[in-house]
Amino acid sequence: MSSSYPDYPLRRYGNDHDRYDWSYSALRPKDGPGKLDVFIVVPLEFFPLTPSGKPFKHPGAMVTPYPDLRHFSTRDYGNRVGVFRILDALKAAGMRAVFPVNGMLLDRCQPLIERIAEAGHEIAAHGVSTDHIHYDGLSEADEAGYIEQTLELFAKKGLQPKTWMSPARNESYRTPDLLTKFGFETCLDWEMDQVPVAMNTENGPLTCLPNHFELNDFNLLFTKRQSEDEWSDQLVESAKYLADEAEAYGPRVMGFTLTPYIAGLPFRIHALRKTLAAIEKLNKVRVSTPSLIRSDWLQK
Amino acid sequence: MPFADPNLYDYWPYEDRPKIVWPGGKKLAFWIAPNIEYYEFQPPANAQRQPWPRGNPDIIGFSQRDYGNRVGHLRLMELLDKYNLRGSVSLNIALLDHHPEIIEDCVKRNWEFFSHGIYNTRYSYGMTEAEERAVLEGCISSVEKQTGQRIRGYLAPALTHTEDTIDLIAEYDFWYSCDLFQDDQPQPLKTKTGKLVSLPYSLEVNDVITYGSLSQSASRYADVLKRHFDQLLEEGEKSGTVMCIPLHAYLVSQPHRIRPFEEALKHITAHSDDVWFATGAEIAGYYRDNYWDRTVADIERRGLSTGGTGFSGQVTA
Repeated sequence: MSSSYPDYPLRRYGNDHDRYDWSYSALRPKDGPGKLDVFIVVPLEFFPLTPSGKPFKHPGAMVTPYPDLRHFSTRDYGNRVGVFRILDALKAAGMRAVFPVNGMLLDRCQPLIERIAEAGHEIAAHGVSTDHIHYDGLSEADEAGYIEQTLELFAKKGLQPKTWMSPARNESYRTPDLLTKFGFETCLDWEMDQVPVAMNTENGPLTCLPNHFELNDFNLLFTKRQSEDEWSDQLVESAKYLADEAEAYGPRVMGFTLTPYIAGLPFRIHALRKTLAAIEKLNKVRVSTPSLIRSDWLQK
Repeated sequence: MPFADPNLYDYWPYEDRPKIVWPGGKKLAFWIAPNIEYYEFQPPANAQRQPWPRGNPDIIGFSQRDYGNRVGHLRLMELLDKYNLRGSVSLNIALLDHHPEIIEDCVKRNWEFFSHGIYNTRYSYGMTEAEERAVLEGCISSVEKQTGQRIRGYLAPALTHTEDTIDLIAEYDFWYSCDLFQDDQPQPLKTKTGKLVSLPYSLEVNDVITYGSLSQSASRYADVLKRHFDQLLEEGEKSGTVMCIPLHAYLVSQPHRIRPFEEALKHITAHSDDVWFATGAEIAGYYRDNYWDRTVADIERRGLSTGGTGFSGQVTA
C-alpha cells in the first residue's frame, strides 16, 4: 500500500470531482406544474467478428470462437429487420426517437439511415463501432482520433450530429472535454438526475440527459430475463410516476433504450406497441428528442 | 487475417422487398426442426471448447440427452402426428449408427433430414478443408445409404464454423444453411459456387435457448411462440415470412413441458388458411426456384451489393 493511501484529498462538500455541481433536489425551487419529456434511444451498432475486447468486451459482442456467425448475424438482424418494427411502432404512436449510430454502419445501412432521417428522428453519433470503446487507458490523441473518425464518417453522409452516446456508454475522464471540443452539445451517457444537467467541460457546458439503464431493454429482457409484460409495465409506471412528479414539482426528463436486436424481435412487438400507446395517452407527457429537450430546457 | 465482417450476405433492409407469396397464396412458411443428436460420453478434447462444462464424464448432461433419444423423440413424433406436421430433422449423423430405430420412425413419417454434423461434441474449429470435406461427404453418403434421401440442409454441429464452411456446403449442392440468423425471410448467400439459401431457423424461439439460457417456464415459451407466430403472420401479408421452431426432445418432451408446448402448436395449426406447413428443403427449393433471382436483382438495384463472396470479398463494415 502506498503511503498516500490513507489520505482523502477530495473529501469535501459536494462531489469528489468538478465535472458537474452538486445539487440536492430538495433544495431546488418548485417549478410546477410541469410536464415530462421522454426520449427513446434506438442504438444502431456494428459488432465486428473480431472484437479486441479492450478494455472490456461490449455486452453485445461476439461470444464463441471465431468466426462467431451466430452472434454476428443475430446482432445484424436488429439493423436489417428489428429496427423496422420499431420504426413502425414509433410511427403508429406518432413518436420521434433518437438513433445513435456507430460511424462504421453509415455506409452499410444507408437506406435505413435515410429512412430514419425522412421520418424526422434525430440521428446521434455513437462512436466508430462497438469495438471502439472510450476508456481512460486511451491516450488523448487516440480518443480524439475516435471522435474525429466518427465525425468524418458522418460528414461523408452530410450529417453533423450534435448529440453523442459513447459505445457501451463508457467514457474516459476526459471524454466530456473532447465532446465539446468537437462541437457536441448533448450527451446520453450519464444518468445522475431527473432533469438535464449542464456538465462543466473545458469548452463550455455539455447537456446530459438521464438515460435510465434500469429501463434498458437489453438489461431487463436479456440480462435480467424479465418478461415483455414486466418490462412494459415498468416503462409505463415510470412515465406515470414522473408525470405526477412533474405536475407537483416541475419538468422532468426520462430516457429509455430500445435495442433493435432485443426489442425488435417478433414476439416482443406486441409489448412495444402496448407500451408506446400507453405512454402516448398520458397527460402532460411529451415524447421528444434529446436536441429538442435540450433547446427547450435552455430557453427556460 | 480474420475478417471483421463475414460478407456472406449483403445488408438488405426488411422494407420494400419484392413480395414473396408461398404456394397456395400462403403468407407464412412454417417448419419445425427436431434436433436428433448424439453427444459423446467421452468426447475428445478440443482446444477451443470443452464439450462438457463439468468435464468428462458429465452424468446429468449425458443422461439427459440420452433421455431425449430413449423417450423424448417418440413423444414429440406422436404430438406432431396429431397435428399432421412433418419434422425436418437436424441430425447428428452418427445417430444413424447408434440408434437406427429412431431414424426408421422418422422415415416412416416421411420426415426430412438435414446435417447437423457427425456428433454435437465434434466441433468444426481448426478443421482443415480436407477434414471438413470428409465430414460433408460422409454426411451425404450415410443418410443416402440408410434412408435414400439426399440431404439439402446444413446446421453446423454446435454452431461451430470455419471460414470455409458455407462455401463448402454450397459446393456440395446443399440448398439451405441454418447457420445465420439475420432475417425472417430467406436470402441468397454469397458463395463461390452453388445456390445456397440462408433459411430462417431460430435461436430466439429455439427451446435450448428459451428453456435453457433464458430460463423460460413451459407456459411462457408457449406464449412466446404464439406471439412470434402472430407477428410474422401479420407481416407475411406484405411479403411471405418464415417461422421455424427448432426443438430438442430432451427439453421439450419433458413431462412438464410437452402439453404447454402443444398449446402453441394448436394455435399455429389453427391458421392453416394462411400458413404453408413445409420442410426446410421444400421452402428453400421453392425460394430458389421463384425468388432467388428477384432478391439478387433487388439488392443490386438498391446499390447494396458489396461484391465478392464470404470471407474473401472486400472487408467493409
